[in-house]
Amino acid sequence: MEMKAVHRSKKFLSRTDNLLEVRDFVGEAARAFGFSEEDAANIILAVDEACTNIIKHAYQYATDKEIEVTIHQDKRSFEIRIFDNGRSFDPSTIRQPDLKDHIGHRKRGGLGVYLMKKLMDKVEYNFHRGKRNEVRLTKYLSSTSTVAER
Amino acid sequence: MIDFKIHQREREDVSVIELKGYLDAHTAPDLETAFQKLMTENKFNIVVNCRDLSYISSAGLGVFMAYVEDVRKNKGDIKLTNMTPKVYNVFDLLGFPILYEIYKDEHEAVVKFHEAKK
Repeated sequence: MEMKAVHRSKKFLSRTDNLLEVRDFVGEAARAFGFSEEDAANIILAVDEACTNIIKHAYQYATDKEIEVTIHQDKRSFEIRIFDNGRSFDPSTIRQPDLKDHIGHRKRGGLGVYLMKKLMDKVEYNFHRGKRNEVRLTKYLSSTSTVAER
Repeated sequence: MIDFKIHQREREDVSVIELKGYLDAHTAPDLETAFQKLMTENKFNIVVNCRDLSYISSAGLGVFMAYVEDVRKNKGDIKLTNMTPKVYNVFDLLGFPILYEIYKDEHEAVVKFHEAKK
């Protein structure tokens, strides 16, 4: 894998009231990189979903844990890496949600993972024993297709 | 800073919930509380006006999904209105337009409730 320079990095405590700050941090970087408002909004939502999953599943709502968000970029690709030290969570167990199953059953998991895949060009997970969990979200500047077309 | 606000009002026999700001995992419990209150008051004709909703994540969408069945069992419905294109896009990605009635404006949704009664 080619090396990408770390452009920005920020650490947050695992509290849902920090999601606003995470979104601002990523949004500002995405706009500065040259994404349209629509693409920036999609990136912001994907990162929110990833961090929400970490708070809920990896940290089980503990509010004093660390989430690190780093942004790596080259000419065309914008990559967000999100790290946590919590329980690793295997997203491959999440199948595409059928809304009808969710309705009324308070079964809400899986929507975030599904959205992340829809919103980004690439979603990767790295779980290794003894290392931090990593979610890697990539969006390419050249992708002109809209989300709806994918 | 207030990042999310809910205002509820009654429009004839329809309860209108106005959402303002950012609906995410932090603020979704507030919306849940609002729906719980409507359920205990037996108010099942619900319009959610999203005119001032700037942002929604799946945590917010989950609240609508959790309550819609109870509401429909009681012969009511949750109808959504006045979404900005940005917010509509998120609903659309998850297939909401198939399962929920979404209207351009609140009045249309209220009229639909009245038509259904006839």
